[in-house]
Amino acid sequence: MNTFAELTIVFIILLNLALAVSGSLSVCIRLAAVQGVAAGLLPLLAAGGVRGRAMAFAGFIILLKGVVFPWLMFRAREKTGARRDVDPLIGYPASIMLCLGAFAASSWLGSRLPLPHSSVAYIVPASLATIFTGFLLITTRAKAITQVLGYLVIENGIYIFGLALFVEQPLMVELAILLDVFVAVFVMGIAIFHISREFDHIDTDQMAELTDWHRPEDAKW
Amino acid sequence: MVTALLTLPLVAGLAAFIISDDVRRRRLLLWTAAGHSVLTAALFLQRPGAGCGTSAAAYGEWFGLDELGLIFLGVTSALFFGAAIYAVCYLELEKRDPGEEADEGFIFNNAPEAVFTGCLLLFLAAMTAVTASRNLGILWAAIEATTLLSAPLIYFHRHKRSLEATWKYLLICSVGIALALMGNLFLGAAGLKSDLGLNLDALLGGAALLDKPLLKAAFLFLFVGYGTKMGLAPFHTWLPDAHSEAPALVSALLSGALLNCAFLGILRAVQICGGAGLADFSGGILLLFGLLSLATAGLFILGQRDYKRLLAYSSIEHMGIMALGTGLGGGAVYGALLNAVGHSLAKAGLFFTSGLILAAYKTKRITEVKGLLGRAPKTAALWLAGLFLITGTPPSGIFLGKFLILKEAIVSGRYLVAAVYLVFLGIIFSGLARIFINMTFGNRENQATDEKVFAEPRGMVWPICIFFACVLGLGLYVPVWLDALLNGAQFLIRGVP
Repeated sequence: MNTFAELTIVFIILLNLALAVSGSLSVCIRLAAVQGVAAGLLPLLAAGGVRGRAMAFAGFIILLKGVVFPWLMFRAREKTGARRDVDPLIGYPASIMLCLGAFAASSWLGSRLPLPHSSVAYIVPASLATIFTGFLLITTRAKAITQVLGYLVIENGIYIFGLALFVEQPLMVELAILLDVFVAVFVMGIAIFHISREFDHIDTDQMAELTDWHRPEDAKW
Repeated sequence: MVTALLTLPLVAGLAAFIISDDVRRRRLLLWTAAGHSVLTAALFLQRPGAGCGTSAAAYGEWFGLDELGLIFLGVTSALFFGAAIYAVCYLELEKRDPGEEADEGFIFNNAPEAVFTGCLLLFLAAMTAVTASRNLGILWAAIEATTLLSAPLIYFHRHKRSLEATWKYLLICSVGIALALMGNLFLGAAGLKSDLGLNLDALLGGAALLDKPLLKAAFLFLFVGYGTKMGLAPFHTWLPDAHSEAPALVSALLSGALLNCAFLGILRAVQICGGAGLADFSGGILLLFGLLSLATAGLFILGQRDYKRLLAYSSIEHMGIMALGTGLGGGAVYGALLNAVGHSLAKAGLFFTSGLILAAYKTKRITEVKGLLGRAPKTAALWLAGLFLITGTPPSGIFLGKFLILKEAIVSGRYLVAAVYLVFLGIIFSGLARIFINMTFGNRENQATDEKVFAEPRGMVWPICIFFACVLGLGLYVPVWLDALLNGAQFLIRGVP
C-alpha cells in the first residue's frame, strides 16, 4: 500500500533537484506547484483507508497549492514583466551540489532524530531536504518572485514534516495556517507589483539602501 | 468577554475598508481603541483573586487569558489607544501635507487612508488573539497574521526605502515564523505518546511526560522562529529597517506591542520547558542570546546616524534584557516582565516624539537635528525625558526592572554575566545620551533667524506625556494589582511562587 507513497517521496526529492537546476521562472513555478500537489496527495496514499475529513482537507490543499498559488505567481510574473530566467547568484552546478549536500545531510539528520517510526520510508529526510531547497531558492536567487517560491517550497517541506511526525493538528489550526500562507503569498504578490513599479525591476539583491554598514563613500550619511 | 475583545477590532477593521469618509473612519478608529481599552480594563477588574495557579478549567479550548496574557494584553490595549489618538492628528497632518523625503528630495504618495486604518485595526485584532490564545497552533497563526497585517502599515509612505523595509520584514519574518511552525510540530511529536496535542493547558499538565530530546528541538525552533520576530540578535536584521521607515505611530506599535507578542510566544515555550524540567536548557539559550542582543545593540548605537534606527537598536537592547532576565530565572523574571511593561510605554512615547521631530525638521539624520530646544521646546523636553526613562535612570520604572535582573545575576553567583550586562548598559547609556543631548542643544549652522517655533498638535503630545508619567509612576510605586499580576505571571514561568 505504501509503495505509492514511497514513489511520491522519491518524486518530491527529484522535484527538489529540478528546482535547483531549472533556469526558467515559469518552470520553477510549475515545479513548486506539482510538489505541493504531491505533498497534498501523500496523506491519502499513506493512510490506506480514506476518511471524509482527510479527503476534503487534502482536496483543499491541492486546490490551494496546485491552482491558486501558481495562478497568483504567474499573475505577478506577467504584471511585473519579469524576464524569463531566475537570475541565480551562484552557478547551477553549485546549486545542485548544495541541493545534493542538503539531501545527504538530511538523510543523516533523519536517522539521528529520535522520531516516531514512520511507515513511509525516507519521509523525514525528504521533508528536511525540501526545506533546505526552499532556503537555497531564497538565498541564492535574485528575483523577488523566486524568494516567494522558496517560501512556498519551505511550506511544502514543513507540511510533509508534519505528516512524518503524525502530528494531527485540529482542523481549525490547520485552516488558520493555510489562511496565513495564502495571505502571505497574496501580500507578497502585491509587494512585488510595487517593487517592480518603484524600482523598475524585482531584483532584491539591488535593494541595499537600508543598512548600518556604511561605506566610506557614503559621506552624506 | 474575550470573544467581544477579539471581534470588536476585527469587525471595525473590516468596516474601515468600506467607509469612505475620512472623518467618520478616524472616529471609528478612536472609538474602537477606546472600546478595546474599556473591555481590557473590565477583564483586569474581573480577574479572580490574587491568582497563583488558576485552574486550567477556567480557560476555553482556544482562547482565555492567564496573568501572562493579561499583562501583554493590557500593554497592547493601552498603547493602541494612545496610538489611535496620535493617529487622528497624524493622518490629518499627512492629508494636508503629502510627503517629501527631505533626505533624498523625492516626493511620494501615501497609501490610501482606508487601507491604513483597516490594517491598523486588524493588526490589533491579531495581537489580541496572540495574547489570548491557549493553543500553540492558534498562537502561531496569530503571530504570523500580525506580520502580514503590519506589512502594509510599514509601506504607508510609498517610496523605495519603505518598500525595501517592508519586503525584508515580510520575507525574514515569514520564513522565521515558518521555523516556529517546525517547532510546533516537534512539540506535537514530543507529546504524541501521551496524546497531549498542542493545547497549552494539556501540555503544561503533562509536561513531565514529554519526550525530552524532541522537546529540546521544539524549543530551539520556537526560539529561533519567534526570536526573529522579537528582534533578538543575530536574527534582528529586519528590525531597524522596518522601525525607521514606518510612520512613527506604527514604529511605536511594532516596538511596544508586537515585539512583546513574539516574546510571549517564547515565554510559552519556556513555560513548557520549565514544566518538563528543562529550565536550565531553555534558560541558558535565553541568557546567551540576551547578552548577544545587548552587545549588538551597544555596538550599533555608538555609530548611529539615524535617530529612528537608534530607537530601534534600543528596542533590540531591551528585548535582550528581557530574554536575559527570563533566562536567569528567580526574581529576574519579575524584573524582565516589569521591563517589558516599562519599555513598551517609554519606547512608544519616544517613537511618538521622534515623529514630532521628523515633522519639525523633515529629516531623520542625527547630525542635522540640532537646537531642538529652541525649535520645538515641548518636543525637546519630552525627548530628554524619554532618554532618562528608557535608559533606566532612577526613578524610572525601567530602572527597577534592570536592577532586579542585576540583583538576581549577582545573587545566583553569575558574576561574569552581571559584569557584561553592566558594561553594555553603560556603553548604551553613553551612546544614547551623547546623541540625545547633541540633538536637543546646540545651534544649527544655517538656522534662519526668524524661524517660528514648531507647534505640536495637542493630540500628539498628550499620549506621550501620559505614557512617560506611567513609566515614572511604575518606578516610584508598583500598584498592588499590577504587583499581583506580575507575581502571578512569574509563577507561571518559574513554576514556584
